[in-house]
Amino acid sequence: MSHARGSGTRYTSVTDDDRRDMLEAVGASGILDLFEDIPAELLLDAPPEIEGGLSEHEVYERIRALAERNVSAEDEMSFLGAGMYDHYVPAIVDAIIGRSEFLTPYTPYQPEVSQGGLQVMFEYQTAITELTGLPVSNASLYDGPSAVAAAGYLARLVNGRPEVVSSRGVHPHSRATLVTQSHGYGSSVIEVPLVDGVTDPEAFATAVGPSTSAVVVQQPNFLGAIEDLEPLISAAREHDALVIVSCDPLALALLRTPGELGADVAVGEGQALGNRLDYGGPSFGFIASRQEHIRRMPGRIAGETVDRDGRRGWVLTLQTREQHIRREKATSNICTAQVLNALAGMVYLAWLGRRGIVDLAELIVRRADYARQTLAAVDGVRTIHEQPIFREFAIGLDVPVGPVVDRLARRGVNPGYRLGRDYPEFGEALLVAITERRSKQDIDRLAAELGAAIAAEVAA
Amino acid sequence: MSAADRTAQQRERATTIYERSKPGRRAFAAPALDVPERPLDDLIPPGLRRHVSARLPEIAEPEIARHYNRISRRNFDLDSGFYPLGSCTMKHNPRLHERLAALPGNARLHPAQDPSRAQGALELMWHLSEALGALAGLPHVCLQPSAGSHGELAGVLLTRAYHTDRGDRRTKVLAPDTAHGTNPATVTMAGYEVVSVGTDANGGVDLDDLRAKATDEVACLMLTNPNTLGLFDSNIREIAGIVHDVGATLYYDGANLNAIMGISRPGDMGFDIVHFNLHKSFTQPHGGGGPGAGPIAVSERIAPYLPVPVLTRREQGGEAVFDLDYDRPKSIGRLRGFQGNYGVFVRSYAYILSLGGQGLRAASETAVLNANYLMARLREVGEHLPAAFARRCMHEFVLSGGPMKEALGVRTTDLAKRLLDYGVHPPTVYFPLLVEEALLVEPTETETRETLDMFADAIAEILQEAERDPQMVRDAPFTTPVRRLDEATASRNPVVRYDFE
Repeated sequence: MSHARGSGTRYTSVTDDDRRDMLEAVGASGILDLFEDIPAELLLDAPPEIEGGLSEHEVYERIRALAERNVSAEDEMSFLGAGMYDHYVPAIVDAIIGRSEFLTPYTPYQPEVSQGGLQVMFEYQTAITELTGLPVSNASLYDGPSAVAAAGYLARLVNGRPEVVSSRGVHPHSRATLVTQSHGYGSSVIEVPLVDGVTDPEAFATAVGPSTSAVVVQQPNFLGAIEDLEPLISAAREHDALVIVSCDPLALALLRTPGELGADVAVGEGQALGNRLDYGGPSFGFIASRQEHIRRMPGRIAGETVDRDGRRGWVLTLQTREQHIRREKATSNICTAQVLNALAGMVYLAWLGRRGIVDLAELIVRRADYARQTLAAVDGVRTIHEQPIFREFAIGLDVPVGPVVDRLARRGVNPGYRLGRDYPEFGEALLVAITERRSKQDIDRLAAELGAAIAAEVAA
Repeated sequence: MSAADRTAQQRERATTIYERSKPGRRAFAAPALDVPERPLDDLIPPGLRRHVSARLPEIAEPEIARHYNRISRRNFDLDSGFYPLGSCTMKHNPRLHERLAALPGNARLHPAQDPSRAQGALELMWHLSEALGALAGLPHVCLQPSAGSHGELAGVLLTRAYHTDRGDRRTKVLAPDTAHGTNPATVTMAGYEVVSVGTDANGGVDLDDLRAKATDEVACLMLTNPNTLGLFDSNIREIAGIVHDVGATLYYDGANLNAIMGISRPGDMGFDIVHFNLHKSFTQPHGGGGPGAGPIAVSERIAPYLPVPVLTRREQGGEAVFDLDYDRPKSIGRLRGFQGNYGVFVRSYAYILSLGGQGLRAASETAVLNANYLMARLREVGEHLPAAFARRCMHEFVLSGGPMKEALGVRTTDLAKRLLDYGVHPPTVYFPLLVEEALLVEPTETETRETLDMFADAIAEILQEAERDPQMVRDAPFTTPVRRLDEATASRNPVVRYDFE
């Protein structure tokens, strides 16, 4: 048996001699003595049957074989998006987040020996405030959808009102997460439909009222359309509801910021910033707010200060909001962030830089526009809306999507996200995402393959 | 301290990346435009666009590398030294796991990929779920929650859905006064009132107090076992009986699972819902404060309410086929996007494959042995720093700095700061709240006996220093990148972003 390595594992260092001496030192005759507080009927005679005891290279081979059964963006030309995107992650990100000094410590409870991590949080918070145009950011949250739910809870703490109005253009996972959590604290979520691919401004204004705690809109929305947020925000303002904008951090290189538009809270999914797809996580969510909400922010926040010799340094600040001090009166139960993922985001933003992020965003906008026009010209394809877009757009097909996607998959092309489960009202529809990794040649190939597949389905 | 005494790290002034920025520098070059260059105004109307760019750094790659490498050295990390942070299970993070998570089939797998083309990922998640279920003694696992506190929220929302489905309206959740702060915070977020349950002289749940508070208004009892004092509550079956008799659920906070893997199962103790911290017992690196994952395992009666999507397995032509099931009418819904922190699942499953059931049990045995040995060594250092409970501990134990403060005028925080000068990360301090001047020490199984001896010796030396020169200990640390920081001012006048002006 390969696990027969004495009484330890390859990650323990206590030898059998140590073990004997240590047991003696604690006055135990055997290891089971240490578990004497566990009632005998609760002690297992043997550990449960869990396969293991493999050597390092065997574990490697096993998981490599599993990974090879996945069709990743390395294996096919993928136009999947829907909230997570196949942007290029530069090598410098891997090099920095792989350093033990960032990878292996825990939350900076002892700031004297955690200045690196705290400074990263501070730099990250600064970048998020610059992107969103709002003055306060925390050190990150789990992901985009949970950040939307966290913003909903923040609004509830601010005004105690029982309803949240959400655009149907908000990511379905964000809306679902918001609904799940608001059930807990007794709020309900009202959904406003889309018209021409964007939030219906009249329905929105009607839905907002004195019992509205917050409104949630997404920029660009789930269908890729850039929303005109001004009328939506003024409708919310009329009733003093908080405005929560879920936004794409790369699109913010070009778009008016939530802060400039008068939003209270900006949230979003950070994966597009230097984080891998990882089949959905880990990445990070961000949250930024107006100054007046700083003491209701969830999660960790780093703040600048000085040490006793007057040297610049950083600490976790405003901890009286947090669960380990406030317990049931805390602003959230969240006690860590996604610090390593936020670091990847920060390194990525530094790598892009002030000019580079604009260059990248403009390239994406132009390629996405080219892709929309090119696909719209394919027989059997129509656009679902004509709104301005950033990197993603929705198209409808004249034939069932399923078989078309299957045909394209066999040709090594993944044409995008199937909208059917989340938006049955659009019929046979796809959401197509264009990152900088998809060239004109790739887009032309998608158009050709899509046209051929539709033609084949029509003929079939 | 004079300038000459400063370490090299201390002599270097901390500068942010924004202060290293200079217009004209850059690291990124965009690919050439290969589509027609339409004017931007035709694509996005000017009224929707920002006209002042975000002040991101302008910096070239060599300086990015140097900046982050330099500031990384201002962190203490697990690979550099002993990190006995109680309740956090700072065990070694095998580097194999990083290599596996980075395989393109994992790292570049899109979460919306059709399940038929993500069979390897779903199979991995299935095996991980099975292993966690076997350790918990509970059959139904959901991997979606992203942290322990997220698992707690899932658990309390599941409890709410369970009672609501039975037409049973309940308003309170019980948690011991020793509980992690996340427990009461979660309860509030889930719309319940927290009722605190006392602790008896042995460090366990006060059964009389529990009986008095366990009424039909109670939805759930949240418990950590071993608890935050590092003690296994022998009355657990009786506790479960009291809770179940009033129709409430019993929730297991898995923060301390590292003590009992393969030795005892929460399901057998009577728990209905368990969360795991994959960043504790299952080696996901802590990352300076995330990412982690907080999967849950639940009993039969809670299973209908689990979050969507639910991972399924069926046989088809002799082969296993995995899928994601969204059609769960009683589900509480979603807790986050997509399927959860898959990259964490890869690392944890690799760990499980390395150890297996036997190895996981060996890990827990060694963790408990190391903790008891270290507690015994610390007993020798004298009466100023006694164990809060002079009995066997599990994988961690609590010291009381009360006598030290009384006799020497040195507080737990001073001891902790002085430990930094010895190159050791201090234990968790001032938790649990029940113990005066508490230190919660969790050495984990991956430490050598020599390291444990070194720590005990360091504590003994600091206590001697405190007798000779308490002011010196109160002034510590001296060798760290910065010394004690002014947290009060930081909180009064929060500076949470770089001031460009």
